[in-house]
Amino acid sequence: MVFLSSDRLNAGLIARFARRELAPNRFDLIAMALIGGFAVLVVHGARQMSLPVTALDTTPISLDLARLPEYALRSTLRMFAAIILSLLFTFGVATLAAKSRKAEQVIIPMLDIAQSIPIISFLAFTLTFFVGLFPGSELGVECAAIFLVFTSQAWNMAFSFYQSLRTLPGDLAEVSQQFGLSAWQKFIKLELPFATPALIWNTMMSMSGGWFFVVASEAFTVGRTNYMLPGIGSWLAVAVARMDLGAVGWAVGAMAVIIVAYDQLLFRPIVAWADKFRFEQTASAEEPESWFLDLLRRTHLAARLFRPLSRLTERLIPPVPRRRVIPRPINPHIAEWIDRLWIIAISVAVVCAVWMIGVYLVRHLNLRDLLTAVIDGFFTFARVAVLIVVASLIWVPIGVWIGLRPAWSRRVQALVQFLAAFPVIVLFPFVVIVIVAWRLDPSIWLSPLIILGTQWYILFNVVAGASALPNDLKEAAGIFHLRAWQRWRDFILPGIMPYYVTGALTASGGSWNASVVAESVSWGRTTEVARGLGSFIAEATAAGNIPKVALGATVMSLFVITLNRSLWRPLFNYAEKNFRLT
Amino acid sequence: MTLALDSIDQALAPLVEVKDLKHVYGGGKAGPGLVVLEDVNLTLKANEIVGLLGRSGSGKSTLLRSIAGLITPTAGTVSVSDVPGDDAAHGVAMVFQSFALFPWLTVQKNVELGLEAQGVPPDIRRKRTLAAIDLIGLDGFENAYPKELSGGMRQRVGLARALVVQPSVLLMDEPFSALDVLTAETLRTDLLDLWSEGRMPIRSILLVTHNIEEAVLMCDRILVFSSNPGRVIAEIKVDLPQPRKRLDPAFRTLVDDIYARMTAKPKAPAREGHFPGTGLGMALTHISTNTLNGMIETLSGGPYNGSADLADLARELQMEADELLPIAETLQLMRFAELAGRTLRLTAPGKRYDSFDVDQRKQMFAQHLLAYVPLAAHIRRVLDDRASHQAPASRFRDELEDFMSEAYAEETMDSIISWGRYGEIFAYHEDDDRFSLDDPA
Repeated sequence: MVFLSSDRLNAGLIARFARRELAPNRFDLIAMALIGGFAVLVVHGARQMSLPVTALDTTPISLDLARLPEYALRSTLRMFAAIILSLLFTFGVATLAAKSRKAEQVIIPMLDIAQSIPIISFLAFTLTFFVGLFPGSELGVECAAIFLVFTSQAWNMAFSFYQSLRTLPGDLAEVSQQFGLSAWQKFIKLELPFATPALIWNTMMSMSGGWFFVVASEAFTVGRTNYMLPGIGSWLAVAVARMDLGAVGWAVGAMAVIIVAYDQLLFRPIVAWADKFRFEQTASAEEPESWFLDLLRRTHLAARLFRPLSRLTERLIPPVPRRRVIPRPINPHIAEWIDRLWIIAISVAVVCAVWMIGVYLVRHLNLRDLLTAVIDGFFTFARVAVLIVVASLIWVPIGVWIGLRPAWSRRVQALVQFLAAFPVIVLFPFVVIVIVAWRLDPSIWLSPLIILGTQWYILFNVVAGASALPNDLKEAAGIFHLRAWQRWRDFILPGIMPYYVTGALTASGGSWNASVVAESVSWGRTTEVARGLGSFIAEATAAGNIPKVALGATVMSLFVITLNRSLWRPLFNYAEKNFRLT
Repeated sequence: MTLALDSIDQALAPLVEVKDLKHVYGGGKAGPGLVVLEDVNLTLKANEIVGLLGRSGSGKSTLLRSIAGLITPTAGTVSVSDVPGDDAAHGVAMVFQSFALFPWLTVQKNVELGLEAQGVPPDIRRKRTLAAIDLIGLDGFENAYPKELSGGMRQRVGLARALVVQPSVLLMDEPFSALDVLTAETLRTDLLDLWSEGRMPIRSILLVTHNIEEAVLMCDRILVFSSNPGRVIAEIKVDLPQPRKRLDPAFRTLVDDIYARMTAKPKAPAREGHFPGTGLGMALTHISTNTLNGMIETLSGGPYNGSADLADLARELQMEADELLPIAETLQLMRFAELAGRTLRLTAPGKRYDSFDVDQRKQMFAQHLLAYVPLAAHIRRVLDDRASHQAPASRFRDELEDFMSEAYAEETMDSIISWGRYGEIFAYHEDDDRFSLDDPA
């Protein structure tokens, strides 16, 4: 799901896209088969390589406070490596999908499926693969961690870019064509600037979500092997193992500092800067501001730093006069043959993928495991469903209350954005301490953890929705003295519906992901487990049982995809169609 | 107009030549498609401003885009001659109705765009850009972004951007129609001044417009287009000396004459007037029933007393020809009025309708709708026949698409829904896109 930016950006574009292709079609099945086949291939390949992973010697993590800034920096660098990777992926793959119909038919369903997969459950695979790629070196683990963060970020960015490329303003495209801009010039002058605001927004949302994966991927146990990468996540893992509450507190503090710094020094300046790329001809009433950007703009140093950069982009444009190439339509017969070959190629790939998956499943799994996974899936499903309802009951009234008070909503928005970015794993130990101390039932009391980090999406969107309620409607509701219930039923709830649905579906997707770390939580030697698909995967990972992990991950993906297709997306489209106040 | 060129030969050679142009939208397996342009021939010579005048949907923009090389016509040829020695990459440049400026580029960068595409070195680019900005009266605004400018200034940027590549022909697609009246007038005058003083590098202008006065004011030659399909139905030479005055009787006569030509019925007599297609395949224009009622009331009141000259009506109501004509034609379709030449006259039912109160009007509207709009009668019949008295709208939409393009079918459905609701001959439910006979009352 591409994130809707509350009100700043082109929400309409996103909505238009979401309405496309509602029902799963054959391309979804093709994409699913291909992704599955690829996963099997990866695991198989990794197994073929000799695995001297036990020999991996990493520097031990120390809880020395002087080391904490370094760890924080390493975690941050990992995040940036992943975001750069995601951007490269976006420019390559999304552009390909937008320009080539054939590529589009395969890429778009694949992206759609990929973003529904709870990728944290795949850490065991990627780890096996990358460690196999760089035997005995920390680089493999590093790559696996970065790759995991990348897979949590790339899809919605690519979607947003693809959408922008597909909805270029017609008149500007005509100008580019009429003046004979080359493909590269068109990209730099039109496509990239037009896509920038939506892409930046999605990048920022991806980064917010990414902190969770950075922390989760740094310390991991597969079978008997412990992987530890220097970073806040590992600091936390060591602190938990040693039951050092003070160190956990420091991790929370460090994370808070990082997120505030990234918000103030990166997020806000970029959003303020990107404001000029918004596609509208009138000046906006409320421009995003950033004190840091103002500071940079005032200094001469920044100007000096950026001037060569802009010169470089000028250079990149080849200064050769270009004759206008008039595209000649391909001979329809040849085009037909190319189409046929393409279909044959895809069919062959799908058949191979299905065959590989079949062979793999038959060899490694039995029916009882499958049954357990599905039943556990329903446990987690119940947990997610109940918690979304509970969180909605709590946050919708609060969000509306805040959203209707402009003075409050701006301050709260900033806080909520911070909370949404905060990796809640850091807080888990506190909950376990309480559960252990009061002897609570983990199956119930661990549950709130899966929504702890994602509930903010609901609040965030509801606040945005309520503050976007038009003033004239508010006045009309006041003049006609609508009763409390009528006011909610006929005005507020429909008005915030598109926003709420966006928030709830984001929260739901995130909760499935979080269940993998939230249904099985440790404190020292105590591990509290709640039955569910998340703990199924977590336990299989800890036991090093790769086929079982694969089974759990696949079942979870199917749950999420089914939910998205049968519940969230129709709901989203319905809300967009009927309740969007423009 | 005097010839300021070296050789007569060069002056007489056509700059643009369009032969037997035909353009069909859609079509292929699904159906015959919509013929937008047919049998269009056009020759553009040096030193003339030619206007393409027609109603929306007459394909004049399509013709302009074919000449600009933006679309490939279905049949026929377009040739644009490049002047030897001219370093422009191609001989035409275009000014857009929506200005089409890049909001993230400054005025200067916007103007430079075409030169950059041609690979002109930065210093020459800068010089030429500043010269064009200066010519068009934009100096001082070089570093402004489009959003900081008024509509008039934005269109000046659009003009400078087109001129800076030194095209031999300037193509203008309704360049003033997004501007307010005063701004449009200033821009027209400035453009005509630059043109008559020969300060622009261009040799000819092709102007698309739906505004008759604008065409008469600016053009040396006007091609009047019919719609559905677009054909050239008249070529009018304008010999009035520049600067032309709107109040000049000769000017007025010419405008009125063009009005008459634009409303003239096509040669093949069709009872439905200008509506393309007959029977179910009739494409309707969505005119609000309030507008129809308002027009009937205006016609019946003074000073018209049931019959009005379209040009007078347009002036009084401040409407363009292509806004007014669909209203008149819809009234004619419903037999509330009839069009004869330039005159719109209320029929006897039209006069009766005017004297009625709201409920009686609705009843009469329903009768006429069922009697004269086959689609309305068709929908009603289907609903009556079915036991459930319900039918999905998609069914009728699909039927329409056998006759016309998707966009036309959509507008026709919108029209029939709103008219049907007004006449209370059926109900429509937007949620599930369905017609029914149930009445909330």
